[in-house]
Amino acid sequence: MSVDAPGITLEDLRRLADLARLELGDGEATALAADLARILGFVRQLQELDTAGVPPTAHVMELATPLREDEPDAPLPPEEAIRNAPAHEGTAFLVPQVLDSDEA
Amino acid sequence: MVAALGTLRELAHALEAGTCSAHELVRQSLERAEALEPALGAYLGLRAEAALREAEEADRRRARGAPRSPLDGIPVAVKDNLAIRGEPLSCGSRILRGYVSPFTSTAVAHLERAGLVVVGRTNLDEFAMGSSTEHSCAGPTRNPFDPERTPGGSSGGSAAAVATGSVPAALGSDTGGSVRQPASFCGVVGLKPTYGRVSRLGLVAFASSLDQVGVLARSAEDAALLLGVVAGHDPADSTSLPQPVPDYAAALSGDVSGLRIGIPKEYFPEQGGNAAVFERVRAAVAELVSAGAREVTVSLPHTRHAIATYYLICTAEASSNLARYDGVRYGHRSPRARTLAEMYRRTRSEGFGAEVKRRILLGTFVLSAGYFDAYYRKAQQVRTLIRRDFERAFEHCDLIATPTTPEPAFRLGERERDPVSMYLSDIYTVSVNLAGLPAISVPCGEVGGLPVGLQLIAPPLGEPEVLRAADAYQRRTDWHRRRPAEAA
Repeated sequence: MSVDAPGITLEDLRRLADLARLELGDGEATALAADLARILGFVRQLQELDTAGVPPTAHVMELATPLREDEPDAPLPPEEAIRNAPAHEGTAFLVPQVLDSDEA
Repeated sequence: MVAALGTLRELAHALEAGTCSAHELVRQSLERAEALEPALGAYLGLRAEAALREAEEADRRRARGAPRSPLDGIPVAVKDNLAIRGEPLSCGSRILRGYVSPFTSTAVAHLERAGLVVVGRTNLDEFAMGSSTEHSCAGPTRNPFDPERTPGGSSGGSAAAVATGSVPAALGSDTGGSVRQPASFCGVVGLKPTYGRVSRLGLVAFASSLDQVGVLARSAEDAALLLGVVAGHDPADSTSLPQPVPDYAAALSGDVSGLRIGIPKEYFPEQGGNAAVFERVRAAVAELVSAGAREVTVSLPHTRHAIATYYLICTAEASSNLARYDGVRYGHRSPRARTLAEMYRRTRSEGFGAEVKRRILLGTFVLSAGYFDAYYRKAQQVRTLIRRDFERAFEHCDLIATPTTPEPAFRLGERERDPVSMYLSDIYTVSVNLAGLPAISVPCGEVGGLPVGLQLIAPPLGEPEVLRAADAYQRRTDWHRRRPAEAA
């Protein structure tokens, strides 16, 4: 598959930031768009390689899912698990309201 | 200033002979670390009280004739992306501010089981993303040989701590050279084991198919001793290797006769790079040849694409792994959010530094609809070609020798504004992670007063072979005994 020279517009970057749940200031977004364009220009070199029929490597090991006996183990106590929470009530994590009229 | 600590082997002998106590060693370690900070910037935190208490326990065990291991009571440092129960774990990131680990990583648990005393958490590029330890929210670590230069990264704090002798050895992590490159820049030994040799449980995930815990030490022998402590199968890490752990120290026979050392022709260009670095590395190979090894030329034609391949794969994995930092369960939470979605965005924007954002965005891009096949899948296919290059090369040789980096340590700030130039300092190390191989960096000379590293790469589980060759080299040379002037 061939790829066009990947220009990254500010609009592209805003869409990516939205997918990645990042909020970027204008200056930051402009700089990152330029960085990404430069990095994508660099990695374009891979397109010169013919990889037809080459299987992808997701992982270097021949992975088989290891199985074990289903024996109960001591869990992390909920009181300890919650200790790092920025806000909690009992052993529940507290978060701001989930739905907003313009973000539903 | 209080003196630098000796090697693991020397300290183990001293403890056994009773010429020093663990308490004295740990106090010496802490005092030296404190004297070198904050100018060096190697540590994010020292655990003085706990370490001294643990040292006293070690002394009591030894007095009873029941040390946990020959290394019981010896101080070490740990990169701050490995969890230690009850201790902060920051990964050099604002987003983990205030986080305290509720459990201990398997690698550190192995240290504790052998009685080693963790004196401090070392500095790193944020989430181990970087090659200079400049991308740490706590500020950079400096190169012990030249404070205006970087110690390399991302395990720069561990490398600087070992180089200046506040600890004899340290743990790091190596996703694309992050143990070997700083070892090379700081004149110490850095070993990245085979993927899966050391458990990743409690190592904060960056790029899970590449991450591996590694060791930094002053000699190949010490690296062998420490690897023997931390290596092994972990039922809690399904990617950890089940093979038994050999006695690495016993493999150090000093004998390299008949060893076939492959020189990849693509890695020693006629032009480009720093000619003096290539000269040092060639001289190191010649030293091994004079000890009985044989030099053969091999070819790794696809490794010139390793950096591009690596940055597509590692950013894709990072964008997924770092999705967990959302302000809900731990770490930083933006106070300026009315809704959950706003909280995610603001928390992450305030918590992550520039390089981490760059990589998350690149990873999000390469995994996104319309680009996945052209970028991510393509990179995975080239990863196969790079692996095959190594497999073919190892039909003709036992080890492969390369420079660890094309140049000695660069200046602080020099590459911060140009991510691609920063990435290129990993040109000889990332292919090893893509193929999951073990490799070591060994000091093999200096250029302009800065250390240079020889990298030796082996087939999977070839740790005994790289350690044996590295040790044989160190028996014949003394580059690994040099210390930076201020830390002598």
